[in-house]
Amino acid sequence: MKTFVYIDHFKGEVQPASWEAIGVAKSFGTAVALVFGTDLDEITKAAFEYGADEVIVVDDSALTDYRAEPYASTLSALASSSSPDLILFPTTARTRELAAMSAVDLNTGVLTDVAKFEMNGEQLVATRPIYEGKVLEKTVCSGKPVMATIPGRAFPKPERVAGTASAAGTLTKAAAKTDALTTVQGYSASESAVNLGDAGVIVSGGRGVSNNPSLTPPAGMDEKQAEVWRAQQGFALITDLAALLGGAVGASRAAVDGGYVTYAHQVGQTGKVVAPDLYIACGISGAIQHLVGMRNSKVIVAINKDADAPVFKQARYGVVGDLFQIVPALTEALRKKLGK
Amino acid sequence: MKIIACIKQVPDSEAKVKAEDGKVTWGDAPLVINPFDEYAVEGALQQEEALGGTVTVLCIGPESARDALKHALAMGADDAVLVSDAALTELDTVGAARVLAAAVNKIGGADMVLFGRQTLDNGSGLTPAQTARVLGWPMLGLAGQIKVDGGSVTVERVIEEGRQTVNAKLPAVLSVVQSIGEPRYPSFMGIRKASKTTIPVWSLADVNTAAPAPIVSRVELMNPPTQEKEVEMITGESPGEIADKLADKILAEKVL
Ligand SMILES: Cc1cc2nc3c(=O)[nH]c(=O)nc-3n(C[C@H](O)[C@H](O)[C@H](O)COP(=O)(O)OP(=O)(O)OC[C@H]3O[C@@H](n4cnc5c(N)ncnc54)[C@H](O)[C@@H]3O)c2cc1C
Ligand SMILES: Nc1ncnc2c1ncn2[C@@H]1O[C@H](COP(=O)(O)O)[C@@H](O)[C@H]1O
Repeated sequence: MKTFVYIDHFKGEVQPASWEAIGVAKSFGTAVALVFGTDLDEITKAAFEYGADEVIVVDDSALTDYRAEPYASTLSALASSSSPDLILFPTTARTRELAAMSAVDLNTGVLTDVAKFEMNGEQLVATRPIYEGKVLEKTVCSGKPVMATIPGRAFPKPERVAGTASAAGTLTKAAAKTDALTTVQGYSASESAVNLGDAGVIVSGGRGVSNNPSLTPPAGMDEKQAEVWRAQQGFALITDLAALLGGAVGASRAAVDGGYVTYAHQVGQTGKVVAPDLYIACGISGAIQHLVGMRNSKVIVAINKDADAPVFKQARYGVVGDLFQIVPALTEALRKKLGK
Repeated sequence: MKIIACIKQVPDSEAKVKAEDGKVTWGDAPLVINPFDEYAVEGALQQEEALGGTVTVLCIGPESARDALKHALAMGADDAVLVSDAALTELDTVGAARVLAAAVNKIGGADMVLFGRQTLDNGSGLTPAQTARVLGWPMLGLAGQIKVDGGSVTVERVIEEGRQTVNAKLPAVLSVVQSIGEPRYPSFMGIRKASKTTIPVWSLADVNTAAPAPIVSRVELMNPPTQEKEVEMITGESPGEIADKLADKILAEKVL
């Protein structure tokens, strides 16, 4: 079986689930990595080092900024000329568009957020979550190639073997399509790099993070400013714990709506669906819309003042207490025990 | 400005959804407008307020989906269209995109077609870009802000890495995210107006298209494995003692 693996990157920063997709492709046969954009040497090298048998590079100034239309047209042309059986993508904002459009061109379908693949004779069967993960379905795609996207951390990341670049595989250059219908006029980075999808540890804060009446805000703040100021003191504690564990900072929607942190941090139905090894929920009540975003985490710890908070029903370990006391104490305890 | 907002009807997110006898069930939980699509309707209404024009809401679904359209009308949309046809039993996203594109063409003269980011039920988030592809219109995905200026539209696209400013000529397809602002509540006047508005039901023949053959299909439904362990509450005399015990538990899980 021949699989194309689309290596998704933003300004040279690769979405790690792209490498996980190479691992999946290798388990089925040949992995052909596709790298689109400009200045692609580093990514091409990494693709070989993660195990790609072949890399097809499309280096063209028309592809400098990701735009759905030329990326999809380029992909469709490549798929038409070399007939892969499967095209894999990491699930990202970009690949949802690009795979979607290319599937229209090739008259095939896309299986999104696949958690597991199996073969039924010649047919690839994919298990994916529906209804926010409350139900799972097995799906098949009768078109060819089959297209599928995988979320971060659902499949093991292949080992990166330095120095395999170029020696092992074939490097092919291909032409870009230039049918862009949009122009990118500007970009502002998230003030903090948030990559919840790939984080092994996430420490999240909710509305409770602003609830520390003993903190006195600087003079002259109105009530709303004081709340945000308190929340920032609380999120500083959460950030300390996340930093110690090499993890990311998450948030509930109430924390985002309250202006404590940006939307990029939001976990849940209208935010990000995550599955870290360790998820620590601090001052989060555990509304269903939050739980659907984090319940596939391996170990969930909940810290909440209210013993009846629904978040405890989803947790492996729970602490009833004030996060302003528990979180810094936990950071200290772990710092000592980890010898950091 | 003629704007179309595409919406779907789904079980409420509080519903206890289960797989039972090969079917998805949700008890007597209500069906609601897909929450992501409320942002599309909100975005459309904001543009109508800024520029004038009309907002039409469009849905493919069964008769019951009228209620979702009525919700959008009550929020302030001007009219609604339901595409319903007995031949539309198994609709995958490419199929939905083809039917939506046909309905957009039938409505005619649209400057923008707004979508939600994804559905709660299928959750694939593919339909907006696929509809754009079928129409041959530019796709502006994940818009958190929309600004129309003459014949072009500029959006602030909200992605993990930050915010991008992206521009395209009209007509265009957009998907809208939460940063657009909280969807407005239906007003009393809106509810009255919605109850009086007739919603035309179009068949596939009405939109000049045949039932698309499904390419993606379901072969099995399952309930996810249930959590086997009960929560273990960590207690102690002081925060320090609790933290110490909890740290030991976490380390013993070997997740760090
Ligand atoms: C369509 C829709 C989509 C949604 N999408 C999302 C989503 O993606 N993500 C999301 O998170 N929510 C989402 N929500 C919102 C969700 O329903 C809840 O309103 C939200 O998750 C509540 O956030 P919270 O737990 O931080 O706040 P609250 O529910 O107010 O809970 C705060 C908790 O903090 C505890 N607390 C207070 N002080 C302290 C303290 N000092 N120490 C310890 N604990 C303390 C309290 O006991 C309480 O349990 C959505 C809602 C809708 C309708
Ligand atoms: N049956 C439908 N009728 C109208 N719009 C739909 C329908 N299905 C999906 N959409 C639109 O497409 C978006 C993405 O859906 P999906 O690709 O299923 O996640 C939704 O948020 C809606 O805006």
